[in-house]
Amino acid sequence: MGKQLITLTVNGDEYELAVASHHTLLDVLRNQIGLTGTKRGCTAGSCGVCTVNGERGEAILSCLSLAVEWDGRSVTTIEGIRQGGELHPVQQAFLEYGAVQCGFCTPGVVMSAKALLDVTTSPSEDQINEALAGAICRCTGHIKIKKAVRAAAAVMRDNEARDDG
Amino acid sequence: MLSSQRFRFDGESTDSETTMYPAPFRYHRAGSADEAISLLAELGDGARPLAGGQTLLVWMKLRFDEPTDLVDIARIPNLSSIEHDDHQVRIGALATHGRIAASPLARLIPIVHDCANGIADRQVRSRGTIGGSLAAGDPSCDWPALLHTLDAEVLCQGPDGERTIGIGDFVEDLYATALQEGELVTGIRFALPPARSAGAYVGFKRCAPAYPTASAGVQLTLAEDADTCADVRIALGSAGLTPIHATAAEAELRGQALNETTIERAAEAAVAASDPVDDQRGSPAFKRAMLRVLVRRAVGIAIRRCNGESVEHSHEYY
Repeated sequence: MGKQLITLTVNGDEYELAVASHHTLLDVLRNQIGLTGTKRGCTAGSCGVCTVNGERGEAILSCLSLAVEWDGRSVTTIEGIRQGGELHPVQQAFLEYGAVQCGFCTPGVVMSAKALLDVTTSPSEDQINEALAGAICRCTGHIKIKKAVRAAAAVMRDNEARDDG
Repeated sequence: MLSSQRFRFDGESTDSETTMYPAPFRYHRAGSADEAISLLAELGDGARPLAGGQTLLVWMKLRFDEPTDLVDIARIPNLSSIEHDDHQVRIGALATHGRIAASPLARLIPIVHDCANGIADRQVRSRGTIGGSLAAGDPSCDWPALLHTLDAEVLCQGPDGERTIGIGDFVEDLYATALQEGELVTGIRFALPPARSAGAYVGFKRCAPAYPTASAGVQLTLAEDADTCADVRIALGSAGLTPIHATAAEAELRGQALNETTIERAAEAAVAASDPVDDQRGSPAFKRAMLRVLVRRAVGIAIRRCNGESVEHSHEYY
């Protein structure tokens, strides 16, 4: 069935790629670009470990999107969220609060949380639950994850206040 | 994918051995509805339109469907508007669940928010579209049941031009719709609910990414005395091979005083109209028990909303 040439921007870097039409964004991120931070779990839209952020910062499942659909578009993966060499506040908070057990779901959970906090840094409990509902930790639970998300939100609020001041 | 040797233990495992791919197909991108329709008609019955892909790509990975060609319609302009006037609501086929949930329309008509925001998780709502959910003909999808509740019409465009199909005629059977070869859903429309009318859509799910085990939609119009049901529509999702329009349940309420007895009778009539299948989400008896509760809850929320109360609601979880 041949391959198609696409231009895809990942974490600000532009790639020209020949992709098979039936390969997903996940396949291309991991196998062709070599960014393996985005995990491959169920590959059928149930587990959320493949979550990345689309053009508007929205959380999407890279396993349920064909790479060819992203021609000319940009995505952000877990490798691209550090800010000026520092960990993103969500990443830092996950470290500090031990919000990681085996770590396999972590990139998807972090990208889900980032998508929420990019829209609001004062999320309600319901908003946090809803934003994290599609990326499920199978090891333990979401208590530490939610503590970390709340802490990251506080840091991001402080950063906003500092930037405004 | 299902070979016994999923992992290579003599070296590194590679993605190609552990991932699910759809079967190969040819990919086409349409710039307009006309172009998509011509392509679909020309490519024949192996071709499928691709919108958000949140249903279709799963089906393809599971080999429920093996299209020869996909026609990507997601970039067609002017098919994702969400608008209403004093009489009518119109939603473009490519409007995503997430955009609908966040729209002023969803604040105006809470039952629309119930449905849009209850579908799967944020990730799926970012990509999945109302048109795709409808065209899939899947009784587990939320939009078909909601659109039955609102007595919506489906706007279609095909090789023979445009036509409008009532929701009751659009969904024909399990995974089967009235769409002809080359025909696309371009949008849906329904009447803006009148004064003293409100609805609720309640689903029961195991977890966010799962389809509902069962769901019920109720749109209720109160008479001027505020105690009598002037009109009602009740529809059930995941309750049979198609969404079920529970007319006998409506008859139990229409023109009647709304009280425990009449609401219970309506719930029982709705359950009697259901024909749930036995699957991993539950036995028919379990689903019927859920439907009875869901209809009662949806009626209760609809009454409160009719009376001007703001009731936040979404799907129920285990």
